[in-house]
Amino acid sequence: MGAIYRRELGAFFNSAIGPVFLTVFYLGSGLLFWLFCLSYATTDMSNYFAWMRLVMVLILPLLTMRLLSEERAQKTDQGLLTAPISLGGIVLGKYFAALTVYAMGIAIVFVYAILLSFFGTVAWSIVLSNFIALFLMGAAFMGITLFLSAFTANQFIAYVLGIVALVVLYVIDFLSGTISSTADTVAANSTVLGTLLGWLGTAMESVSFFSRIYDFTYGLFNLSSVLLYVSTAVLFNFFTIRVFETRRWR
Amino acid sequence: MITVKHLTKRYGSHLAVDDISFTVQDGEIVGFLGPNGAGKSTTMNMLTGYISSSSGEALINETDILDNPIRAKRDIGYLPELPPLYQEMTVMRYLHFVYDLKKCKLPRKAHLTEICNLCKIADVKDRIIKNLSKGYRQRVGLAQALVGNPPILILDEPTVGLDPNQMLEMRTLIKRLGKRHTVILSSHILSEIQAVCDRVIIINKGKIVADGAIDTLAQSMSQNHRLKVRLDGNVAEVLQTFRAIEGVAKVQQSAQQESGLYDYELEPIGNADLRKAVNAAAQANGWNIYRMESGMLTLEDIFLKVTMGEWQAEQKSSVSAAAVKKSAESAEMTATIDDKPETTEEEAK
Repeated sequence: MGAIYRRELGAFFNSAIGPVFLTVFYLGSGLLFWLFCLSYATTDMSNYFAWMRLVMVLILPLLTMRLLSEERAQKTDQGLLTAPISLGGIVLGKYFAALTVYAMGIAIVFVYAILLSFFGTVAWSIVLSNFIALFLMGAAFMGITLFLSAFTANQFIAYVLGIVALVVLYVIDFLSGTISSTADTVAANSTVLGTLLGWLGTAMESVSFFSRIYDFTYGLFNLSSVLLYVSTAVLFNFFTIRVFETRRWR
Repeated sequence: MITVKHLTKRYGSHLAVDDISFTVQDGEIVGFLGPNGAGKSTTMNMLTGYISSSSGEALINETDILDNPIRAKRDIGYLPELPPLYQEMTVMRYLHFVYDLKKCKLPRKAHLTEICNLCKIADVKDRIIKNLSKGYRQRVGLAQALVGNPPILILDEPTVGLDPNQMLEMRTLIKRLGKRHTVILSSHILSEIQAVCDRVIIINKGKIVADGAIDTLAQSMSQNHRLKVRLDGNVAEVLQTFRAIEGVAKVQQSAQQESGLYDYELEPIGNADLRKAVNAAAQANGWNIYRMESGMLTLEDIFLKVTMGEWQAEQKSSVSAAAVKKSAESAEMTATIDDKPETTEEEAK
């Protein structure tokens, strides 16, 4: 795992991906920081963090798109799969390399917080919990996008698949609140439909990756959210390993 | 030691490798030969654990590659058909990566330097792989297989895409490696196999059709021991003398080849060796022999015979005249052979 992790990390910065990712990330977050913090002259970063989620949807798949697809396209996977290491080591090495680059990106929030501290008091616990929230959410999303990239040898397709998956999650998130509130109105007329919609709303809320981050932006450390993020990351990494395993049998 | 028992690979309804079994002893250099699409690469991919077999087993030093892949893979150095090189890395960084990947315990610097020297890539070790020529890439591919000094080397078409000089170098290198490693080498270049390997396994349509030392195969498959002789001298006299030699069943004279020189074909009774008697007769009559060729099969003949389905390792049946003609005419088959082996020519004065 260590060898793959180090190679991938090197590859991020030897290729365009690492610098492009960080540039876009810093530009996007810088713009949001200026819009929601500096221009309002506030040290409240919660709006900034809310908008950062959208930036993530667009650029997170950049980090995972080539990890597995490129190996297949260049046939270098043959070297990895015939080396005396486990499939888990291969997948996790790559995953953690992407996660590291991502963490480098979001660590910029500390720079912003330091800048703000010159103008007022910064709630450091909120900054830290926001960082952790962004990190965990990214970890979950990257598990998903890495899994999707295992199905194709084309990094562009991997990128598009990743964006589509994250947009679908975003839409689910967006609709869950609406459905829950509609369920209450409908329940007044039709109990059955109301209950069904209520269940649907609850189900959708439980996978609301995006809105769960609000708790963190207020400094609330919600254990169920942490569990959702972490277990998604673990589960999808496991799925990715399974994809590799089954491919050998075909 | 590699033991393969009833190994089969099925892709849907297509049988890529069909129930093959063989054993490779320590220190052997085995050539894996077959037309394109015969199942060579599939077999190698199964031996190295890249793909799983549908049934049967492959044991690497008594460890099943599917039961304990990590243990088994530690003993194998694999050069796939396309070397698994990361284009953006330098040669040395790549080898360091492979060293870490294989969790190699040998002294890092000394080991990698030794490999670089052995594969003659020391002069490009700081260059980016993307910018290397095909020949160098192939050698870097071999170098990565050698990292960790695995006892078994599996090389899938190691000389493909190399120029004749590089091919020769690669063959010499593989021969040298064969002294310390067990080597399985696939190729469709017959002269290469002939030059490098002790033993050859010919595979066709997923089945092993011949397995053994090249000479043994040639002998067991040879149906005729005809002798072709080119010499000067009066045709009638020569024919008469040769017909009188003991053990000669038939003598035929073909058209004049060079001015005053004719080719004669002598068919022996049974497996009699006529060369000595022919020499003696020529000397006694003052004729000069310009060329003498025995009808012993070359690897090319063996390859054509077994892959055209005329001869099965199990049956050793006689070759029908029609089938021989078919193989001679088969242009398609010859197209897969890039390089013809030297004919067993003996020049005598």
